[in-house]
Amino acid sequence: MSIFLLVTIVCVLGIVGYVLARGRVGGLEAESSVSYHSRPGYHGMHMAIATVLPALLILAIWAISSQIVVGNMVKGSVSQDVLGESAAHEGLTMGIISSISHGLTLLDADELNQAANGIEAARPLLASKGVAVATDASDPMVEAAFRYNSLERTSTFWRSVVVILAALLCGGWAWTQLGARVKARNRVEGVILGLLIVASSIAILTTIGIVLSMIRETGRFFAAVPPLEFFFGTVWDPRFAAAGATDSAGQFGLLPLLAGTLYIALVAMLVAVPIGLFAAVYMAEYAGPKLRSVAKPLLEVLAGIPTIVYGFFAVVTVGPFLRDLSAQIAGIFTGSPTSFIQAQSVLTAGAVMGIMLIPFVSSLSDDIITAVPRAMRDGSLGLGATRSETIKRVILPAALPGIVGALLLTASRAIGETMIVVLAAGVAARLTINPFEPMTTVTVKIVSQLTGDLEFNSPQTLVAFALGITLFVLTLGLNIYALYVVRKYREQYE
Amino acid sequence: MTDATISAGVVDAQAPKRRDIRLKKRYAAERRFRFYGQAAIFLGLLFLAILLWTVVSKGMGAFQQTMITVPVEFSQSVIDPKNKRAEDPNVLLMANYPVLARNALVKALGVDPDDKKAVKQVGGLISDSSRVELRSYVMDNPQVIGQTVPVTMTANGLVDSTLKGHIDLNVPEDRRQVSDREVAWINQLVHDGIMSKQFNTGIFVNGASSRAETAGVGVAIIGSFYMMLIVLVLALPIGVAASIYLEEFAPKNRWTDLIEVNINNLAAVPSIVFGLLGLAVFINFMGLPRSASLVGGLVLTLMTLPTIIIATRAALKAVPPSIRAAALGIGASKMQMVFHHVLPLAAPGILTGTIIGLAQALGETAPLLLIGMVAFVVDYPATPMDPATALPVQIFMWANEAERAFVERTSGAIIILLLFLAVMNIAAIILRRKFERRW
Repeated sequence: MSIFLLVTIVCVLGIVGYVLARGRVGGLEAESSVSYHSRPGYHGMHMAIATVLPALLILAIWAISSQIVVGNMVKGSVSQDVLGESAAHEGLTMGIISSISHGLTLLDADELNQAANGIEAARPLLASKGVAVATDASDPMVEAAFRYNSLERTSTFWRSVVVILAALLCGGWAWTQLGARVKARNRVEGVILGLLIVASSIAILTTIGIVLSMIRETGRFFAAVPPLEFFFGTVWDPRFAAAGATDSAGQFGLLPLLAGTLYIALVAMLVAVPIGLFAAVYMAEYAGPKLRSVAKPLLEVLAGIPTIVYGFFAVVTVGPFLRDLSAQIAGIFTGSPTSFIQAQSVLTAGAVMGIMLIPFVSSLSDDIITAVPRAMRDGSLGLGATRSETIKRVILPAALPGIVGALLLTASRAIGETMIVVLAAGVAARLTINPFEPMTTVTVKIVSQLTGDLEFNSPQTLVAFALGITLFVLTLGLNIYALYVVRKYREQYE
Repeated sequence: MTDATISAGVVDAQAPKRRDIRLKKRYAAERRFRFYGQAAIFLGLLFLAILLWTVVSKGMGAFQQTMITVPVEFSQSVIDPKNKRAEDPNVLLMANYPVLARNALVKALGVDPDDKKAVKQVGGLISDSSRVELRSYVMDNPQVIGQTVPVTMTANGLVDSTLKGHIDLNVPEDRRQVSDREVAWINQLVHDGIMSKQFNTGIFVNGASSRAETAGVGVAIIGSFYMMLIVLVLALPIGVAASIYLEEFAPKNRWTDLIEVNINNLAAVPSIVFGLLGLAVFINFMGLPRSASLVGGLVLTLMTLPTIIIATRAALKAVPPSIRAAALGIGASKMQMVFHHVLPLAAPGILTGTIIGLAQALGETAPLLLIGMVAFVVDYPATPMDPATALPVQIFMWANEAERAFVERTSGAIIILLLFLAVMNIAAIILRRKFERRW
């Protein structure tokens, strides 16, 4: 019985249990003079939960553990000289066995009998079903594959029996609990609370998943490339090796990528911070409600546009525009119209990213500026300061910690931004301080190392995880510090 | 006090000179400051306008496609010279359909059929997809063989670009992609009503294609739809359950503090990191297939979860305590209070937050690149386990194509994406306006 069918059966049993228990308690309550602790619906739910939950738990545990147990039993039955000595060779053999056993499930009874004769008979049969078998497969492996399949069948059979039995038994127990004094509601609520707690810990699990998966792959990367060379290397040249060739060592220097990331983020902040901050100040202090109600949502539209659209905008409009503009300028000053800004450059990527970040800066700062207490404004204005003086001398200093926090959050966005730089910043990893030339970023390299068909255990792909964890730590640090600053500031006025 | 009054009086008596407070300068500074603010807002809106204008002006053309309608002679000598189609159905599959299309156009233009070079150039006006178009027409109507029937075919991408004015005809002939003769033919065909621009349904329904004129976002829309469905089914219940626990039940302790900090941080983790997580956990560890919308949906779920949780918590917080007190006061349990009273009142806010989270997920590209959604998929995915691509990823792939016609397609796809996003966001705003309650 497939897992899907089993789950369906269990759920149907649960629904039947719900209806039965609710009806029975309703009937009992109407007959007897005693009032029940819980409403009939809660008894129904109690019954349904008792039927479904243990059965599904058993199913989940069985599904995970049976694979491991069956695998180990098959492995134990295969003799050591077939398995090979090293762990890697063992893994290879087990892989062949599992692919043969998968192929065998596609054959019908006659073909199975033929295939049982050994690998020479099995190979063409499997190939006809589209399952390719490795060349070093041998007869004992076919035997093992047959054993694997029969064990698997036994496991599936007992899994169905045990799960359905568990559903019936636990449901039966719940049926005995349909009494006036049974606190069915409290039990049901306890289960619901448990589910709520599980849901809320998924956020934690995600973080743990991110950290663990990245640390694992990064560890494998650092086994091939020393960490010092990665963190302090100034040359990025991963040298894409052909699949299979693992001896070609590339150079994995983080510094050019990090420099590009920070440089582009800096240019973006130089565009976004003045525009965003002035827009926020004007919106909070000068603008009437009419302008505010129009301009604020319109600016926020900029934040809702997907970043891929900004990337396209950079490639199609901003890049060529800057290139032609620089050619014009060069033509005026030197007489020869050669463009000194390339279409893909730090400036292009930074400027477009800056446009994207304007609404982040403006709406975050707007909130912080409006949170400054009215009394401080009135005091300053009452002493005869002009509005701009009030803003510059009173409001901005008071809001400064919050604004710094907002800017840090924005900077962390700029560092983690991917699509704009993939399209507009270029792929050449180099160290330069000329903003008119292309540079590349950490995110660009993560994408380019992982798109394409590469062997997953070569340093060329694993480096993406090392880059990823660098990025994660960088942005996490900025975020935590920014949230800390913002939180601390908020408490001051509340 | 008295001293001060006296001395002040003395000063006043001597000279009523006002203290210089540089009013002029300060007012000038005030005006300058105001101007900076106005300029900033203006600049922001200007950028928005340029961005949208670029996309719309480049992309509107993509919704029109140049088609050629000519009487095509389905001559038996070309399709089935040996008259074997009854025995061998492959004859109809393998027949040389482009020749039919070419001959029809040669006839319509009155070109000398013996001028090999001219005939070949005429054939170039029609898209290679005419092979598929004519083939499926003949397969559906086999009785057409031997007759002459008007058929509509897609024109070549270059012809399309020429007709839409994307190719500068003032450039010398040897430096542009269409020759003067081809331009003359195009003009003649348009004048005769054979060639015309029609509404382009292909961009909505076609799958990937290396030819711009037949490329469409059909597969991408289906893939995106599957992903949104998965995000909705997973992220909404989990997000709401997590927020209910954190907002209504959680005791204030280290653990809940940790969860809270965690959620805030997850909301700000770069999206590409979620892609790495998906690659390592869902594909390498769990063995789910690459390029499947299921994996994309799971990754986007994890990404959207913090957004939904933050919005839901805000919505729960906005329900006044008096509602809770009243429910508890008439004997509801805490769980009943939450599910019977607080949650229904918070539902509009939760819904708005969910729609905004979905809109974010719909536009997300970077994590999908890492889990193999950059795929050339021609066929519609039947289930979420099949290879598919997503709308923003399709845009990314087209943006990397060099051909002029693909720029138009890219902009067209962006317009479609932005329309979807606009509809979702407007729906969120309307919901909020309609159901928002101020307590």
